[in-house]
Amino acid sequence: MTEMDLSALWVTLRLAAMTVVVLMIVGTPLAWWLAHTRSRFRPIVEALVALPIVLPPTVLGFYILVALGPYGPLGRLTNITLAFTFTGLVIASVFYSMPFVIQPLQGAFEAAGKAPLEAAWSLRASKCDAFLTVISPIALRGYLSAVVLGFAHTMGEFGVVLMVGGSIPGQTRVLSTTIFEHVEVMEYAQAHAISAFLLTFSFLVLLGVYVANRRFPIHVS
Amino acid sequence: MSRLVARFDVRYPSFHLSVDLDLPASGITVLFGPSGSGKTTLLRCLAGLERASDGFMQFGNDVWQDEAQGVCLPLYTRPIGYVFQEPRLFPHYNVRSNLLYGYKRIPSEERHISIEQVVNILGIEHLLERRIHKLSGGEQQRVAIGRALLTSPKLLLLDEPLTSLDIQRKQEILPFIHRLHEELHIPVIYVSHAISEILQLADRVVLLKQGKLVGAGALNEVLTSLEFRGNFGSLRVGAVLDANVASHEPQYGLTQLEFKGQFLFVPLQSVAIGQPVRVHILSSDVSLVVGRTNSPTSVLNILEATIIEIREKDQSSVDVLLDIGAPLVASITRKSLANLGLKSDQRVFAHIKAVALNEELTE
Repeated sequence: MTEMDLSALWVTLRLAAMTVVVLMIVGTPLAWWLAHTRSRFRPIVEALVALPIVLPPTVLGFYILVALGPYGPLGRLTNITLAFTFTGLVIASVFYSMPFVIQPLQGAFEAAGKAPLEAAWSLRASKCDAFLTVISPIALRGYLSAVVLGFAHTMGEFGVVLMVGGSIPGQTRVLSTTIFEHVEVMEYAQAHAISAFLLTFSFLVLLGVYVANRRFPIHVS
Repeated sequence: MSRLVARFDVRYPSFHLSVDLDLPASGITVLFGPSGSGKTTLLRCLAGLERASDGFMQFGNDVWQDEAQGVCLPLYTRPIGYVFQEPRLFPHYNVRSNLLYGYKRIPSEERHISIEQVVNILGIEHLLERRIHKLSGGEQQRVAIGRALLTSPKLLLLDEPLTSLDIQRKQEILPFIHRLHEELHIPVIYVSHAISEILQLADRVVLLKQGKLVGAGALNEVLTSLEFRGNFGSLRVGAVLDANVASHEPQYGLTQLEFKGQFLFVPLQSVAIGQPVRVHILSSDVSLVVGRTNSPTSVLNILEATIIEIREKDQSSVDVLLDIGAPLVASITRKSLANLGLKSDQRVFAHIKAVALNEELTE
C-alpha cells in the first residue's frame, strides 16, 4: 500500500470507530424505547431508522450534504459548514449505519423482555443499575452484533462518503473512495489490494458474528 | 398489630380490578381465585409494578402509594421480596451471585437474614457454584425464593411459585415456604388457584372473582362459610383444624390428636406429642347422628357439635354448618335432613369417616 492508501485506512478506521461510539450512545436508548414502547409513533420511527437499508446512498448523502452545507439549517444558524469535513462524515455515517446498530440491539432488548428487569427491581436495583447489571449482560450478543455490524458497515460505505465528504486525502478520503480513484487512473493492482483487504475483512467480521451468536456463553460469575 | 391497607381501581381493556383490602400484616395470606380473577394483577399493584391511577397502599406505618398525594414508590425502594411464577434467575450469574444480587444492594445494618440461614432453610448448599441452566425447575424456584429472602424483606409476595412444577416438586417446596414463614416471621402474600396449597399454607384467605373481592377471613372461616364454599371447586372441605398430637397407639397404627378438648384418630404420625398438626375433613365424610345411640359403631371419630346453619346445596343435598369449637360443615342428603328433623341450635354428634393430613392431599 502507498502512503496515501495508509492514510485512507487510518481515516476509515477512525470514522468507523467514531460512528460506532456515537451510535452506541444514541442507539441504546432509542433501541430500548423501540423495544418497549406502546406508542403509536413506533412504526414511524422504525421505518425512519430502517430507511438507509433501502435508500440509494446518494439520496441520503445528498440531503445530508444540503443540511450540513453553508446554506443548510445548521450552516445558517451557526455559520459552521460541516460538509466536506471529517465531522460531517461522522454525522452522515451515523445515519447511514444506524439500522445496523439499532436492529440487533432492539432485537436483544425484546428478547430479554421486562421479566429480568422486574426481578432486578424487586432485588433493590435501581433502573439504571438493573439495566447495566442485568439487561446489558443478557443483551450482550446484541451489543456484539451491533458494534461489529456498525463498524463493518461504516467501513464499506461509499456513496454517502463521496457525497458528503468528497474525497479529501487525510481528511475524508476512505478506503472505498480510494479504490474508486485508483480504478479511475487505471491502477488496478492498488485497487485490487485494497479491495481484497476489504473483502477478507468483511467476511471475517461476519463469520465472527455468526460464530459468536451460535455459541458465545455469557457468564459474569 | 400492624396492618396492610390497600385500595386499587385499575381498568384494563378487558378487565377491571377493584379491590379494597385491610389485612393483618402477619402470617400467610393466600389470594385465591380462578385464573383471570386478578390475583397476579393485585399482587403487582401491591409491589408497585402496576400503577393504579387512584391507588392507595400502606404497610404498617409506611405509605407506599397514595395517588391523592402523587406518591408511588418504585419497587426497588420498597422492602418487598417478590417471587414470580417463573424463577427469573439471572442467566449470566451462578447460583451464589444470584442469591447475593439483592443482598449486596441493601445496607449491612438492614441484613437480618443471613446467607447460611437461607441456604439451610432451602437446602441449596450443594447448588451454590452451579450455573442456572444446570438446575431443575424446583431448584431454580428455591434459589429465586432465597434471593428474595436475602433482601430481608418486610413483606414477601409469592405469585404461584409452584405452578410450573410437578406435584413431587411442589411437595418439595411447600414445607420450605412454611418453614421460612415460621423461622423468619415475614408476612407472606401468596397467590394461588390450588386448593391444596391453601390447605397446607394459609392462615388467611382473600377470595377474588373477576377483579372483585368476594370475601376474606381466617382460613377455616372462609372454607366453611356456606356462602363462599362454592368458590373452591369440586373439593368440598368441611374443616381445617390445627390440632396437637395427644398420644400414639402404634399397636393399632394410630395417632390421637387433641383439638379443643375433643379427640380425633388419624393414621400413625411420626410427630412428637404436643406438636401441632393440621388436618382437614371433607364435608362428605361427615355424617350426623341425633343423640348418642347405644348401638356401637366402627366410627372412631365422633365429635359433639351444635348446628348453626343449614343451607341448600343442590336438589338432593344440603350443607350443615356445625360448631365443634371451630366450624365444621357436613354435607348430607335432603332426605336425611327431613328424616332427622334437624334444625338450628340442635345438639348432634358428627361421625367423621376420614381425616386427611396435609401431605396426603392432592387434587
